[in-house]
Amino acid sequence: MGEASATGPDTAGARPDPVDAGDGVVVTRALTKRYRGGQLAVDGLDLTVPAGSVFGFLGPNGSGKTTTIRMLMGLIEPTSGTAHVLGRPMPRSARAVLPRVGALIEGPAPYGFLSGRDNLLRYDAADPTADPRTRRARVAAALDRVGLTAAAGKKAKAYSLGMKQRLGLAAALLRPRRLLVLDEPTNGLDPQGMREIRTLVRELASDGTTVFLSSHLLDEIEQVCTHAAVMARGRLITQGAVADLAAGARGRLVVTTPDTGDAARVLKEQGVADVVVAEDRVTGEVPGRDLAEVNAALVTAGVRVRGLGVERASLEDAFVALTGEGFDVAG
Amino acid sequence: MSRAEASSRAEASSRAQASARAEETRRANPLWTLGLFRSELLTTFRRWRTLALLGVLAAVPVLVGVAVKIETGDGSTAGGPGGGGPAFISQITNNGLFLVFTALAATLPFFLPMAVGVVAGDALAGEANAGTLRYLLVAPAGRSRLLLTKYATVLAFCLAATLVVAVSALAVGALLFPLGDLTTISGTRIGFGEGLVRALLIALVVAASLTGVAALGLFVSTLTNSGIAAMATTVGLLTTVQILDQIPQLSALHPYFFSHYWLSFADLMREPVHWEGLTRNLGLQALYAAVFGSAAWARFTTKDITA
Repeated sequence: MGEASATGPDTAGARPDPVDAGDGVVVTRALTKRYRGGQLAVDGLDLTVPAGSVFGFLGPNGSGKTTTIRMLMGLIEPTSGTAHVLGRPMPRSARAVLPRVGALIEGPAPYGFLSGRDNLLRYDAADPTADPRTRRARVAAALDRVGLTAAAGKKAKAYSLGMKQRLGLAAALLRPRRLLVLDEPTNGLDPQGMREIRTLVRELASDGTTVFLSSHLLDEIEQVCTHAAVMARGRLITQGAVADLAAGARGRLVVTTPDTGDAARVLKEQGVADVVVAEDRVTGEVPGRDLAEVNAALVTAGVRVRGLGVERASLEDAFVALTGEGFDVAG
Repeated sequence: MSRAEASSRAEASSRAQASARAEETRRANPLWTLGLFRSELLTTFRRWRTLALLGVLAAVPVLVGVAVKIETGDGSTAGGPGGGGPAFISQITNNGLFLVFTALAATLPFFLPMAVGVVAGDALAGEANAGTLRYLLVAPAGRSRLLLTKYATVLAFCLAATLVVAVSALAVGALLFPLGDLTTISGTRIGFGEGLVRALLIALVVAASLTGVAALGLFVSTLTNSGIAAMATTVGLLTTVQILDQIPQLSALHPYFFSHYWLSFADLMREPVHWEGLTRNLGLQALYAAVFGSAAWARFTTKDITA
């Protein structure tokens, strides 16, 4: 783990080498979108989503997540830069790529006057590569998978937000997919529903489906994602494996003591880097050696130790460290 | 690494990729692609709004028929001595089949195109408004395919709406008035069977007269994300054109208004049939369909879908 902080995750500042589009399920290079009003929604995005990953796409509202997703799905034409999905350029190859992609974008949108089942039948009929002979069976299976079988005959306008969200997920699961793009999939769900969705995402990922999950819930990303990217104000701040990202703001050694000066000196002698003294706490990077030895050294030097331990950093700490602001601040 | 090595490796990896792709190639079956049209028809004709529009259209012949029946109960002729009112109205009492022509003449200037304007205007803007458009496009419906499907569905609605008026009028006419041989505008007599054929032809021509409005409405529908705005704009344009068509000072422009030759369908009731107005009307509709269809396509296939 000692090396992780040295190599660190990629930052937007460092230009990555041009990557073959086949390397990732989603690869964007210098992807940029400027809306007609002149507003720069996405600015030079270099994103690589590894195959088989559960990829968390994080950022406050207005940070450009949805614009990025819409460009990946061929709904919006980029101003400049390229986006490859499943190795093919978008939006040019939309008709070849999208049948293998399931998507939930900016919340569900069912036809209120149609039943849940008829909604799925319609979305499936819109896909010219979907076999109509298996349509009813696939729709029934998708409804079953999200737990909507009992409400399948009800008109969608009578659905709760959570049920609509499930219906949207079912539409994304009508066929086996190589990539699932889920924009805030747990929005409007109760805790039980959220757990079910997380379980579903893990199941799908274990089948080999790459899942691209946007969320503003950091703990959600931390629980299900293997990789993550963080956006703020249209720019990519960082991306990489979740473990590495958290390591960027990795847990810190915390020593609580009244003898802060001595403690800091001893810790430095023990090879602890980045020692900071604040009130009665001395913190530093977690050293490679056994913490018991560090503690013994402190005590031998006469430092009165009240507490010694490692405070684990969350992805939220990493985010705050990276953006220098709280997560809910709009960009 | 030598160049040969590199290229052979690249070849191997591209071959592996190609075979992986071939395994799961999902081809669009040309027959399956019609599934969207079927779904679109079902969705359109299952909406309460569509059914309400058709209901209103079906009620027009009933109103006309009942009004004529009441007015002529004392033996006078409908339309009065001046011969006012929609075409053929004075003949209804002699032959119920004329109610078909009268009802079509009465609904063509406003009711029919308004209904088409509502359905066409809402076609894409309504989907955008509801958010369903993005899901259709990532399904992926394909933009050109979706637009064509929408236009085909609006045309199907044009036909359905016209037939609803015609069939309702035929039923009311048969119920309230005698049926039998009829006199054409030219004064010749034709049999009832021949009359029915002419009625069907007229219904088809009336439906075809609406294709221009349908294309115009669909184009407006690509411009906005609000179904209501698109419907209002289309119906507003329709009314404006109808009014301008009545202003003599603009007579130079009149031949280019999509509604200008609409009532030429009456020429099908002449013996022999006068084709000039009919062909002008159909040509003009084809022109509108081509111009606004292309505009709609150009707009819809390049538009950022942000709704």
